[in-house]
Amino acid sequence: MDDSHWRRRRRISQIFFLLLFLVLLAFTSLRGIPGATSDIHLALPVRLFFEWDPLIAVANAIASHALYRGLLWSLTILLPTLLLGRFFCGWICPMGTLQHFVGNMPSESKRGKQRIESNRYKRWQTIKYVVLIAGLVAAAFGSMVIGWLDPFSLLVRSIGLSILPAFDYATRAMLTLLEQSHVGAIRSFATGVHAVLSALVLDSRQAHFEQGLVLGIMFLAILFASLRVTRFWCRSICPLGALLGVVSRWSVLGLHKVAEKCNNCNRCLLHCQGGDDPIGGVPWRKSECLMCMNCVGSCPEHALAFRFFRKEEEVASPDLGRRRAITGLAAGAVAVPLMRANTGMGKSRHERLLRPPGALDEPDFLSRCIRCGECMKVCPNNALHPTLEQAGMEGLWTPMLVPRIGYCEPSCVLCSEVCPTGAIWQITPREKGWVVGVGVAQNQPVRLGTAFYDRGRCLPWAMATECIVCEEWCPVSPKAIYLEGAQVVDSAGKAKTVKQPSVDPNRCVGCGACEYACPLQDRPAVYVTSIGESRSPSSQILLTRK
Amino acid sequence: MSTEAGTQANELRVTRREAMLQLLRVGGVAAGAAGLGVWLAERSRRPIPEQAQKARRDHRVAADAEWPQMTVAQFSTEMNASGEVPMAKAAEPRALVAQALANLGGIGRFVSKQDVVVLKPNIAWDRSPEQAANTNPELVAEVVRQCWLAGARRVIVTDVSCNEARRCFQRSGIMAAARAEGAEVVLPDPDNFREVDLGGVVLKNWPVFAPFLEADKVINLPIAKHHMLTGATLGMKNWYGILGGQRNRLHQQIHQSLADLASFMLPTLTLMDCYRVLVRNGPTGGNPEDVQLKKTIVAGTDPVAIDAYVAKAYWNLDAEQMPYLAMAAERGLGTVDFASFNVKVSRLG
Repeated sequence: MDDSHWRRRRRISQIFFLLLFLVLLAFTSLRGIPGATSDIHLALPVRLFFEWDPLIAVANAIASHALYRGLLWSLTILLPTLLLGRFFCGWICPMGTLQHFVGNMPSESKRGKQRIESNRYKRWQTIKYVVLIAGLVAAAFGSMVIGWLDPFSLLVRSIGLSILPAFDYATRAMLTLLEQSHVGAIRSFATGVHAVLSALVLDSRQAHFEQGLVLGIMFLAILFASLRVTRFWCRSICPLGALLGVVSRWSVLGLHKVAEKCNNCNRCLLHCQGGDDPIGGVPWRKSECLMCMNCVGSCPEHALAFRFFRKEEEVASPDLGRRRAITGLAAGAVAVPLMRANTGMGKSRHERLLRPPGALDEPDFLSRCIRCGECMKVCPNNALHPTLEQAGMEGLWTPMLVPRIGYCEPSCVLCSEVCPTGAIWQITPREKGWVVGVGVAQNQPVRLGTAFYDRGRCLPWAMATECIVCEEWCPVSPKAIYLEGAQVVDSAGKAKTVKQPSVDPNRCVGCGACEYACPLQDRPAVYVTSIGESRSPSSQILLTRK
Repeated sequence: MSTEAGTQANELRVTRREAMLQLLRVGGVAAGAAGLGVWLAERSRRPIPEQAQKARRDHRVAADAEWPQMTVAQFSTEMNASGEVPMAKAAEPRALVAQALANLGGIGRFVSKQDVVVLKPNIAWDRSPEQAANTNPELVAEVVRQCWLAGARRVIVTDVSCNEARRCFQRSGIMAAARAEGAEVVLPDPDNFREVDLGGVVLKNWPVFAPFLEADKVINLPIAKHHMLTGATLGMKNWYGILGGQRNRLHQQIHQSLADLASFMLPTLTLMDCYRVLVRNGPTGGNPEDVQLKKTIVAGTDPVAIDAYVAKAYWNLDAEQMPYLAMAAERGLGTVDFASFNVKVSRLG
């Protein structure tokens, strides 16, 4: 086969899947939705890459003893890998493509000889297998912390919650300047660009995410690392790459080396992505090769080719060693019990840990949530944010409703629609039950928590002032906020009647609209805590509900 | 020897010409820096908030003795002879609009050729039409159609929603219905508000959504709903939806705020949607049991009389219970005593 053709095909494939990934990410929002009155659904299958991800599927199966909707599709990647090796890493994975792209940039620390040396196989490339083992053991303990390092989780979380909002900010800032220009042509140019970008990328309003800065810096740091070490992430950390590496041990496609032609010119190492020793004289490392096919084209002696059913010396399995395997097993087996012996999930749950509607009870939730941030990206009210300490160390970057920034929209279930693992189980607006349909018997609604009043700050309670915006916004019927006319005296000694609000915990669904709408923006006089959330039988106030 | 040394020395020196050029360069940079510095120093002012513009425009048309200031069009909601319970029908709101406009002298009285018309329905909540928290989409669509008939240049439908705007515009059915009639449906864009001096007693400087400031004609399309603070939320309360900013403070002096808004926004026409009326748990509702089918539109050029009439008709509220009505009347915006003038009532069956 003509080698340069394969390289071009690989590039086209990489660009296609990177663009596909970015388009799906941009459309993980209320974008391009046909105008119908009834339920709102997303225009595109935005969780596609997660459904292709065998790591998510395997870990989900280990942790939940089942496969959530759509995850069976990961076989479309897993089965071909059995035959073809890690083609996914070299040809499809958008994280790999970004690493590849940055790794190709000219770098002071990676020139000529240094570059060749850096592309020789290194023992630390086995770290990813340790990560994989630890992650799968953690999954067996019912903890999906592997999601911290899953490449798609990393990408959506970093780009969706940090890079895109930053891009939004920069674009708006520049366009706003241009749109205020005195020159008509510049103004109309900017307006046109604004309209196009709004349709494709920009959010309808600037999104802000807690920890966005941290997530962004970590992502950029990983990209910069590949300036020094080609595909640093793929070679040393990526647990998905590790899984595919293990699976590829049986693959029938492999690198054929014509040893006698090799004159050790080292050119095959110049652009090697996997660090899998394509050079003659040493065995090829199958589990490290990303099938990028760069070596084949670089060899001036035509001594390298990919062939099916070859029979030659190779290192088929990861060079892990018993000690490192045990390290991985021990890390997973120790980390989860240690985290769970802490307070957090079991005891003294954080009062503000409000999970999205449809979220499973906390143990089940943590055994599924991969911290991908899809739910946070799609939330039209920018209401969901990654946790820091609220869900314990183990729950880092899982989703949390922050009503001060955004409340949960009554008829919206988009977060449950995008969740790839069922941590937020897919529900319909009717199952959410905040809005009664015509002729439908009311089921028990999903409740996120319960609202409480801070009577020391509430205007009608503390300051003899009319308000009740909270009652106006309360979305359930009958309203969960009820009013009582009270005689109060203002500072001038004048008696007046104001309506003072109270919450009926029977009716409150914990959506947070009252907290969001309260005029006391810095510390609202009504706020939602997680007690009473319907997902948790152990977190209830009332003995019975009406 | 000495000449040689002299030549060497000369070689080490720059020529006069080069020296002059170098001095010129340095001088130029220095002068530029100084000039820029002085200019910037003179520009230094303590930052003050953007000067709010006076943007009040009178969209009203001249009164005409030939036509009433207020009209009511309605279908019967009684059970008919064959025992049929009245149901909502999509064509009815359209017929009511057409009848109400005909009673008032036709759309041509209000919208002129080449006008930019802004329609302000209530699109505040993430609710479907049956829940009656937003203006009826068919009503809005019919008004759009009428405006085109009158020769309008642009017909814009917009509101500043409370709930997430895209969901409100879509689920209210208004986006689809108005677009089907060819209107521009404009979602509230956070970058498109202008700081405006409302000139009110309590409402001074507020951000107002720009399309409302650029209209030739403004038609108010509120929906009548129950509200705990004022008893009912009617036409004047619909002007909340022109504001951005921290408008949740307006409740603290609701009546004064409503009167201030009504003195700022002087609509060409008001058509109040009473087709479905949210009689409890307003203004959001959510439960069809809170909704009563009234099949009525109250329309006219007197916003005070319309609010007073609807408050009395559906909640039995007198003007004394709604102090903003008297405040607005005092400012010459209309008449509280709707019984004093001839209300034309049309029954369509």
